[in-house]
Amino acid sequence: MDSRRSSRAVIDPKVRQVGFFTSAPLPPDRTQSDPPDPIRSPPLADASSPGNSLSPVMIPPPRHPSDSLLRLPHSPSDAFPPPSPTTTTTSLGDFSDDVTAASSPPPAAARVRGRGSSVKQQGAASSFPGGGFEVPPSVKAPSSVPASGLTTVSVVKLPPGISENAGGSVSVEVQSDRALNSKPLKEKTSKAERRAIQEAQRAAKAAAKAEGIKTPAVTALANAKSAKSTKPSPQRNDSAVVVAASEKKGGDRSVEKDRKKDVPHPRMQYDDKSRVQKLKKRSVVKPTEARNRVELFRHLPQYEHGTQLPVLQSKFFQLDTLHPAVYKVGLQYLSGDICGGNARCIAMLQAFQEAIRDYSTPPAKTLSRDLTAKISSYVSFLIDCRPLSVSMGNAIRFLKSQIAKIPISLSESEAKATLHSDIERFINEKIILADRVIVKHAVTKIRDGDVLLTYGSSSAVEMILQHAHELGKQFRVVIVDSRPKHEGKLLLRRLVRKGLSCTYTHINAISYIMHEVTRVFLGASSVLSNGTVYSRVGTACVAMVAYGFHIPVLVCCEAYKFHERVQLDSICSNELGDPDSISKVPGREDINHLDGWDKSENLQLLNLIYDATPSDYVSLIITDYGMIPPTSVPVIVREYGRGQLWI
Amino acid sequence: MSMSAYYQTRAAHHGVVTSDWLAQSQEAATRAVVTGGQEIVDGGKSGRAFSVIDEFNNWRKQPDLAEAVAAIRALAAVIRNSEAKTMMELEIELKKASDSLKSWDTTSISLTAGCDLFMRYVTRTSALEYEDFNSARSRLIERAEKFGEISYKARKIIAMLSQDFIFDGCTILVHGFSRVVMEVLKMAAQNKKLFRVLCTEGRPDRSGLRLANELAKLDVPVKLLIDSAVAYTMDEVDMVFVGADGVVESGGIINMMGTYQIALVAHSMNKPVYVAAESYKFARLYPLDQKDMGPALRPIDFGVPIPSKVEVETSARDYTPPQYLTLLFTDLGVLTPSVVSDELIQLYL
Repeated sequence: MDSRRSSRAVIDPKVRQVGFFTSAPLPPDRTQSDPPDPIRSPPLADASSPGNSLSPVMIPPPRHPSDSLLRLPHSPSDAFPPPSPTTTTTSLGDFSDDVTAASSPPPAAARVRGRGSSVKQQGAASSFPGGGFEVPPSVKAPSSVPASGLTTVSVVKLPPGISENAGGSVSVEVQSDRALNSKPLKEKTSKAERRAIQEAQRAAKAAAKAEGIKTPAVTALANAKSAKSTKPSPQRNDSAVVVAASEKKGGDRSVEKDRKKDVPHPRMQYDDKSRVQKLKKRSVVKPTEARNRVELFRHLPQYEHGTQLPVLQSKFFQLDTLHPAVYKVGLQYLSGDICGGNARCIAMLQAFQEAIRDYSTPPAKTLSRDLTAKISSYVSFLIDCRPLSVSMGNAIRFLKSQIAKIPISLSESEAKATLHSDIERFINEKIILADRVIVKHAVTKIRDGDVLLTYGSSSAVEMILQHAHELGKQFRVVIVDSRPKHEGKLLLRRLVRKGLSCTYTHINAISYIMHEVTRVFLGASSVLSNGTVYSRVGTACVAMVAYGFHIPVLVCCEAYKFHERVQLDSICSNELGDPDSISKVPGREDINHLDGWDKSENLQLLNLIYDATPSDYVSLIITDYGMIPPTSVPVIVREYGRGQLWI
Repeated sequence: MSMSAYYQTRAAHHGVVTSDWLAQSQEAATRAVVTGGQEIVDGGKSGRAFSVIDEFNNWRKQPDLAEAVAAIRALAAVIRNSEAKTMMELEIELKKASDSLKSWDTTSISLTAGCDLFMRYVTRTSALEYEDFNSARSRLIERAEKFGEISYKARKIIAMLSQDFIFDGCTILVHGFSRVVMEVLKMAAQNKKLFRVLCTEGRPDRSGLRLANELAKLDVPVKLLIDSAVAYTMDEVDMVFVGADGVVESGGIINMMGTYQIALVAHSMNKPVYVAAESYKFARLYPLDQKDMGPALRPIDFGVPIPSKVEVETSARDYTPPQYLTLLFTDLGVLTPSVVSDELIQLYL
């Protein structure tokens, strides 16, 4: 019915062009009418790469100005690999006159490679080579557009700028070479040139952050930056050497770092001793590693719980780096007072709101970069208390992108007010209103006479059941619960108080009770791109049994919890809880068979917190975008994952 | 007992006159008059509502016209007859007309989908600033007219796409009388393909009889089966071709009663099930099981009187889940069932 449909009808119907394809120039009404339309129209040369779903709508406007702009300093900028090395060497030549004369061929080649690829990126809006770096070049183009005189500088400096992130504890294999080469480059530049370079870098970084570079990159950037600012230039040699040394070490860990660039921080692999030590040095919480860890799960962090809390509580008044609100929230996570994806996310965001309110920019620093660094330090503290959930990760990414988008011209109070209202709007739109929409959709699936089963305690499912009851639907609820958390008990208490008729059972009895059930409602911590539902441990069992009984399984999850990663099993990414909670049964002191389990070498206790439910078992996912099949999660991520940038 | 007007109309199209059909059409005619009367009593505005439904029914009676097209033509008539002076007013009128159409026959999915599509188009393009009201109005009317062409072209596109899947010597099982599937087979016959069609009787509409008639006219070898003989003959079948009353968000289809059965049998015997449906039939429904849809009842004439104590299952349609469907042939191309949601998200969000 749309105009885009009619334009598609004239194309050969045997070929269905999905996503981006070349089409006729946009008629005026189309650009105005349809937000998704620009996605379909802009021509992209290598749009077939799956990583190209990055901010497609941002590509059309910058393309043309940058194209014409790039033509100024360099000759054929749109020409790709074959001619670019030559163009880059020429323009590189004029820059590097006063630069290291001793640039050996490998650095030049690497720089050319970096340069060529960045030119390619600016020209073609294709994804980064190798590193899988998530900064779309089209966004960089606007940053280089205003600084037309600095285009040369910015383009050259982008790879080293980005490898600055690598300069810290994180490095990317491809960029590690560049780092090595750019370090000697920087030492020889004059002060004015350095300032110019930094300005361009700042602009590039701002644009890069608009795409939400992950925590490690920014943390490392913050570290590298602070390291640089403290060291005067004579010490550049040392820093370069240190960096080079860490690069060498980074060489064999480069694959992991590579992965780390693509992957949010919580998935850092904890069986890597050096990285873990580095992390521990920086952290406020000083956890001790648990004993008797299961071999298969060595890549996940596991610390002694419970011993930390008194120590940390006493440290409350000695904080200098952490805002007390953030500290409080961290402790609440550690003790388990706040649990559940939405609750944790909201608590964290509100703590950040307070921190931002009390924040003041130190002199000689820009608000956006300093605040981002501060937020990153808060986030690493929270991670030490308890690994981030996907909802929190997405919220942090949103916050950082909003910080990055603050124009430099804005005053501090205005910027802080903007951020405050942005966070407020995020909480409101993505969580509170989203839950209302989910409830509205879900109650249409509840009929009179239904027997609904739910597992654990999900805030969304609880709201649905309460609302359906208010609407007067006749149904009863079966609550399935499991050790050690017994979250279902709280849900049971609340529902019974509202007057619903409930049945309570343990997960051992799931196949016994399933034949009575008509629908299963489950919550989720996150839904991944292949439709896998990542949720409290035990959810997969419930879904599987329901599937075996041909009972529809409905997963209720807000769209901000969707993530573009893919997980095939519950092992590669999970969270380990406290093993002592398995060995003891509260209220039953006579069950003491596992006392002293840690002394036995042959016995390891495993307390997993999450598990992954395959998409085959899920019939329907209810989100604030409506009811979608599990196969459509990547569609939502693609269309609306970047949508938060346009709030 | 309520009756689905949609399925009644289809029966009328099929032209298979049965005694119960006569009785029901009588009843329906009186009902329409009564509803019309009630709506006149409502007030001035409802005069329009009456004409929308009337208009729609006029269009709907044409056998070759799709439901959605009839709906959109009716809405175009609303625009033509409207006295609104601003876009906002016109939109509100259209919304009212669309709602009344949808509520008049809640069982027709393509009607709902067609109305929604048109309303979506209207709301999306109504905010254009460079247009004055009259040009906007004529644009909408023209768009509505064009929709009819699009729908007709859609059938041709679908027929073209499916030609590759019909090979010489194949046996196709067809259920119910779908105009799109008819187009597919017609084009295959015109392309001189050698194939054989098995068509089910399609009780209670007995639409299969009409289909067999049409195919025989095209000199295509046709074999009629009773509905129960599907599993018996599934061995010699190479593919199953069905149309759809609606394609739902999960990728499944809602179609005439019996489609689910055939899809199940075909799936268990590894025969592909192909669905031919135009893209305007995509609806934002998501049935979880057979009973999750609104009921669409169509009384069944058994030929002998049934004692009153005996209940009869009179639902006219069933829902086939996406795992039993192989491919969907639409005017957007050849799609897998999971793409339907993709399209719907892009269209409606």
